[in-house]
Amino acid sequence: MSREIILNAIKQNQPELKPLPADVDFYYEQIDAAEKFKQVLEFIGGKLHTADSLADVKQQLETAFPQAERWITAMPEFAQYATLIQPADPHTLENVDVAIIKGHFGVAENGAVWVTEDLLGARALPFITQHLVILLNKNSIVPLMQQAYQLIGDGDHGYAAFIAGPSKTADIEQSLVIGAHGPRSLTVFLINDLA
Amino acid sequence: MSTVKDHAELAQVFNNDEKRVDWHDETLWFVRAKRDRASHGIPDWELLRETASQIKHNVLSNMHNYLVQFEDKALANGVKVHWAANAAEHNAIVLSILKEKGIDRMVKSKSMLTEECHLNDFLQDNGVEVIDSDLGERIVQLAKEPPSHIVLPCIHKKKEEIGDIFHEHLGTAAGESDPQILTETARQHLREVFLTRRAALTGVNFAIAETGEFVVCTNEGNADMGAHLADVHIASMGFEKLIPQRKHLSVFLRLLTRSATGQPITTYSSHFKKPRPGQQMHIIIVDNGRSIQLGREDFRNSLKCIRCGACMNTCPVYRRSGGHSYHTAVAGPIGSILAPNLDMKKYSDLPFASTLCGSCSNVCPVKIDIHDQLYKWRQVIVKNGYSTKTKTAMMKGMTLALSSPAIFNFSGKAGRLALKFIPFAVNNGLNPWYKQRDMPAPPEGSFTDWYKKNRKGEKS
Repeated sequence: MSREIILNAIKQNQPELKPLPADVDFYYEQIDAAEKFKQVLEFIGGKLHTADSLADVKQQLETAFPQAERWITAMPEFAQYATLIQPADPHTLENVDVAIIKGHFGVAENGAVWVTEDLLGARALPFITQHLVILLNKNSIVPLMQQAYQLIGDGDHGYAAFIAGPSKTADIEQSLVIGAHGPRSLTVFLINDLA
Repeated sequence: MSTVKDHAELAQVFNNDEKRVDWHDETLWFVRAKRDRASHGIPDWELLRETASQIKHNVLSNMHNYLVQFEDKALANGVKVHWAANAAEHNAIVLSILKEKGIDRMVKSKSMLTEECHLNDFLQDNGVEVIDSDLGERIVQLAKEPPSHIVLPCIHKKKEEIGDIFHEHLGTAAGESDPQILTETARQHLREVFLTRRAALTGVNFAIAETGEFVVCTNEGNADMGAHLADVHIASMGFEKLIPQRKHLSVFLRLLTRSATGQPITTYSSHFKKPRPGQQMHIIIVDNGRSIQLGREDFRNSLKCIRCGACMNTCPVYRRSGGHSYHTAVAGPIGSILAPNLDMKKYSDLPFASTLCGSCSNVCPVKIDIHDQLYKWRQVIVKNGYSTKTKTAMMKGMTLALSSPAIFNFSGKAGRLALKFIPFAVNNGLNPWYKQRDMPAPPEGSFTDWYKKNRKGEKS
C-alpha cells in the first residue's frame, strides 16, 4: 500500500532530527493597536467605523447600503435589525446583500479579523454575501499574529478563518479589483463593550 | 532524439517580442518592489525568516512522525485521508471519490500540485469537467495554457488578450479590456459554477500535525466559495506542506503574502478542520518524488518551499524569459531545483537557466539556498551525462584554454582579432550570447599586456 511505501521512504531518507527553534518574542511598535488596525484595514481595502451601540451600527449600515434587500445576521443580539440565520442549505444564502457577524479579535499588523464557525451560522455566509460587516470589541485588537495564535490557543473549531478586507484580485495585469468571488466590501465596526 | 524545446529555445520564442519582455520584466519587478516594502516594515524580518527556516528543518527531520500524527488527528476530525505515491495515483483517487458520488463536474481552486499531476487533463479524459476558479487560472484554462507563475498564473497575458478570451468564451463586448469589467464578468460566471458544483478541490498551504487541520490562503475567496457550497471537499497536498503546531502559522502567515505580493496577509486564511454536517472532506497526501528529494542532502531544503513566488519575481532570467519557458508546473528558480528531481534528463536544462546571482536565495522567506542548489544540480547533471553537447564541448574547450598559459594567451589574441576583423564569425546565430545582445568592441590588448605596461613600476 502506498501509505507504507511513502512513510518508509520518508523514514529512510529524512535527515537526523533537528529540534524546533525556541519560541521568539517578535518585535512590535508600542502604538495604539486600534489605530494601526484601522490604517492597515483601509490600506487593504476595508472600512473601519466606530459605533456606540448596535442601533447605531444599523443606522450607519442603512446609510451605507440603501439598496440592500436581504440582511442576514449570525448574532442573536442583532436579530431585531436583520434576519437571524437559520440552519439551512447554504445555497439559500445566494442572494444575501449584507451579512453581519461578530469577530473574536483583530490583528493590527495585517488588518485581519479572526472568526470561527460558531460565529458564522453557516461557513458560506461571509463569502457568499455581497457585503460583509464584522463587529469587534474595541479593546480586542492584538499587535501581531503571534498574540493572535496565543488567543486562539487550542480552540477546537471545525472551521475558522482570518478575514482581512474584501475579496480582491490583481490577476489582470496587476490591476487591483475589489470584489472577486467573495464580498464586494468589508466594514468593521469597533464597539465599546460589545458583549 | 526528442523535439522537446529546452529553456533557451523557449525563451527565444518569448524574446521575439522585445516590448512584451520589457513589460513582463517591469511588472514582476513591481511585485518584487512591493515585497521589499512589506518586508522592510518588519524590523525583525531576518529573525522571522530564520525561525521559519528552522521550523521547516525540524519538519524535514521528523516528517515521518508528523505525517502519522497529522493523519491520526485528521481521521479523528472525521476527514478521510488518502496516500498517493505518484501523480497517477493522486488522479485516480480524485476520480474514484467523484465516481462514488456520481459527480462529473468539479470546481477547483488554485493547486500547483494538481498542475504537477496534470489532473485536469486526466479528469477530462475520464468524463469529468473541471473548472478552475482562481481568476488567473480560469483565464489560462480558457486560453488552453498552463499557468506561467505559481502565484500570478496569467502574468504573461495582456489585458487586451484576456478581453479577447472573455469575448470568445464569456460573451463580453469585443475589445473590452477593462480589468474591472472583466473581473465582474468572471465573478458572475463563476458564481453560477460555485452554486452548481457538488465537488470542490482545493490546494493546501499549510497542514498542522498537532491538530489535523489545514489552511488555505486566497484573496478572491474562491477556495471557500467552492468548499462551503459543495457536498465533497477534496484537499490535495504534497507532504512537505506540514508544520508541527498551530502556533507556527503565526510565523508562516506573516511571511507568505509579504514575500509573494507585498500584502500583509491574504484576504482569507481559512482553517479547515472538520467537514460541515453532511459534507465529506478528503485529504490526499502526495509523494510524487518528494521522498527521494528528502534523501538528497544537497537538495532536500527545496522541500521547505511555501510557494510564495518571490524567487521568480526577483529572478532576472525568469522575468526576461517568462514562466512557460521552464516547461514545468513550478517555474523559476525554485522550479528549477524541484524539477530535476522528478526527471533529471527532461529538466537538465533548468539549473542552467540562471545567472547564479543569488537574489532568489536572498528573498526566500524560508532561506532555501536556491542558487547554491542550482549550481550543485549542474554538477550532478554533467556527471550523469545529461548536459547538452555544445555545453560539454565548450566546457572542455575552456578547461584546455585555462589549463595552459600558452593556449590561454593565444585564444585571447585570436578572439580580439576575430572581433576586430571578422565580427561576423562571432556575431551570428551560432553564438547564443549574440542573441538579444551585441558583442562588445574588442579591447586593444589583453589584460596581461595592460598589466605589464601600467603596473611595472609597482613591482618590487
